[in-house]
Amino acid sequence: MLQRLSFIPGRLLQAVPVVFGVTLVVFFMAHLLPGDPATAILGDKATPASLEALRVQLGLDQPIWAQYGLFLANLFQGNLGISFSFQRPVAELVFQAIPVTMSLVLFSMVLALAISIPLAAIAASGPNKPRDLLVRFFTLIGQGMPQFWVGIMLILLFAVNLRFFPVGGFGNSPLDNLYYLFLPALTLAISISPVFIRSLRSSTISVLGSDYVATARSKGAAGAPLFRQHVLRNAAIPTVSIIGITLGYLVGGSIVIEKVFAIPGLGSLMLNAIYNRDFPTIQAVTLFVGLFVVIVGILTDIAYTALDPRVNLTGKARA
Amino acid sequence: MNREAKAKMPGTHGLTETDVATSPEASPEATQPILSITDLTLGVKRGNSTTSIVDGVSFDVAPGDRFGLVGESGSGKSMTLRAIAGLLPGGVEVLSGHAYFRGVDLFSLSAEDRRALMGPQIAMVFQEPMTALNPVMRVGEQIAEGSRRHLGLSRKAAMGLAVDMMAKTGIPDPIRRARAYPHELSGGLRQRIMIAMALSCRPKLLLCDEPMTALDVTVQHQVLNLLEELCDDFDASLLFVTHDLAVVNQTCSELAVMYSGRIVEFGTVASVLQNPRHPYTKGLLDSAPDFDQPDRALIPIPGFPPHLADKTPGCSFAPRCSFATEACLTGTPPLTTVRPTTMQPTTVQPGAGVACYRSDEIAEGVLA
Repeated sequence: MLQRLSFIPGRLLQAVPVVFGVTLVVFFMAHLLPGDPATAILGDKATPASLEALRVQLGLDQPIWAQYGLFLANLFQGNLGISFSFQRPVAELVFQAIPVTMSLVLFSMVLALAISIPLAAIAASGPNKPRDLLVRFFTLIGQGMPQFWVGIMLILLFAVNLRFFPVGGFGNSPLDNLYYLFLPALTLAISISPVFIRSLRSSTISVLGSDYVATARSKGAAGAPLFRQHVLRNAAIPTVSIIGITLGYLVGGSIVIEKVFAIPGLGSLMLNAIYNRDFPTIQAVTLFVGLFVVIVGILTDIAYTALDPRVNLTGKARA
Repeated sequence: MNREAKAKMPGTHGLTETDVATSPEASPEATQPILSITDLTLGVKRGNSTTSIVDGVSFDVAPGDRFGLVGESGSGKSMTLRAIAGLLPGGVEVLSGHAYFRGVDLFSLSAEDRRALMGPQIAMVFQEPMTALNPVMRVGEQIAEGSRRHLGLSRKAAMGLAVDMMAKTGIPDPIRRARAYPHELSGGLRQRIMIAMALSCRPKLLLCDEPMTALDVTVQHQVLNLLEELCDDFDASLLFVTHDLAVVNQTCSELAVMYSGRIVEFGTVASVLQNPRHPYTKGLLDSAPDFDQPDRALIPIPGFPPHLADKTPGCSFAPRCSFATEACLTGTPPLTTVRPTTMQPTTVQPGAGVACYRSDEIAEGVLA
């Protein structure tokens, strides 16, 4: 196991050029967007002289390569610039928002797995039987409903009418957050679990038909112990990569849900920044999401290695 | 085995060691077969139509006996085995018949009671050691699983037993190998693991589904010897499914030859192989190389086995049989007890039978 994990340093090294590429895209994409930060900050009624002064102050008058160099140099010092709209260091804003979004993402992932694993097991236990058709019907519905609509419906039902959960916002303690984030996490879980259910269902069906499950049955295994010991881990292997991709999607894709539930996470920050042409913030959030995707990629490989002893990503044959 | 299940059993035969030990004077185990299959029919139901895969198969396995079930792919031999183990693939059902294990009809037991037998009473070794082991579980744990469940051993004790069993199956360095994953072991070692797993709860009946097929010839021989040795040590009866007559000859004392879902010939290995009475058995022997007679030409059986879905009336082997007559194409020959022939009266055992109209002529060599 430890030996098979020796690919990690190499993978981290490989991630360096990827991250460099991310910074390139992030920086130049911001500059490809129409609109000028100086105008965005000072408004339409600003005089040409004051606009020019601000451009010099922001370094926008310099050639674009010089700006990029400065951006990189600042980045290495942990300086992501000052937010145009908040007039506060971007790093501060982003690091405030990261834990909020991360708890939302992890919470929704936990909920999605808690929904998907039992449903996939139920469906796979009787392919094409009514219970399977029912589960497949629900996955279709889950995938067909728009996220924001599900969110609003959940708010109407559980927050406005039944008053089980708050309408939105974010708590002060981790336990508080479980309560505040339940509805948004559930919304995200409903939208991502259909993909998990489908993947797990089909892999579970093939694992249930495998020779080693017949062997396990010949040892008298059945029901939950059989599922836990022999089926789940094997069936989960193909789903791991889907979970990895979904995690990356969730961090970037929680913008709408954060807006619906008024959660002060990366999504809200990003949306605000886009409205206000707050380039440093846009860059920082995008950079973080890119970095997160790279890290999730490495974590996915680690999860593969941990789940499947046959996986050897070191590129070396074992002695 | 709980009280209720015991009450279901006909006769005096219990399923536990203590029952046997407390009633030695009755000693029914010696005479009663450990496994008795009667008129077993398996099939696939699709709507109103059923396609039978196994058709009216009956045979007995005596305690301590080694019984070979021989046939080519699709003859229904593996399905018969899986029906006994309760591991029929989806769609295949027991349509009729019984499988009495130590006097209890396995098909009448609840799923739970049946699972309780799998391991401590009946165990199975599968064909493909490459795929029959869970790839993400250490082999030691896979062996220990059964004894933890059925014998109630602690994790540590079960692992100790697993290592013991691995040593018994001749796996070198068992303590280290117990921590290996299946893909780290060779096919021969994996099949030894399967055998260790199957025997770890000391079953009374071991079902083997072509356990040699996937192995190298040199390893086949070792594993076969091991299997025989351990079955003797553990006092387990063996039901051995194979297409390889040489393996049956080496291992088994009795055999039944299956063709297209039916038993066409049965008897002791010695009598059937020396004096085959069914043209299919004879064809199998003629088509296999014989190292005692290396110059003998191999005679293949012409044609292909019939497809299960389109069964013709008459003997299912008739289209491929060079002895077939009009009668063979219209009527299915019943499996009848062999009567001693004038040619080799000594080789014929009372428990022998054949399903062929012309078996006497074939046995006497008139048509050979």
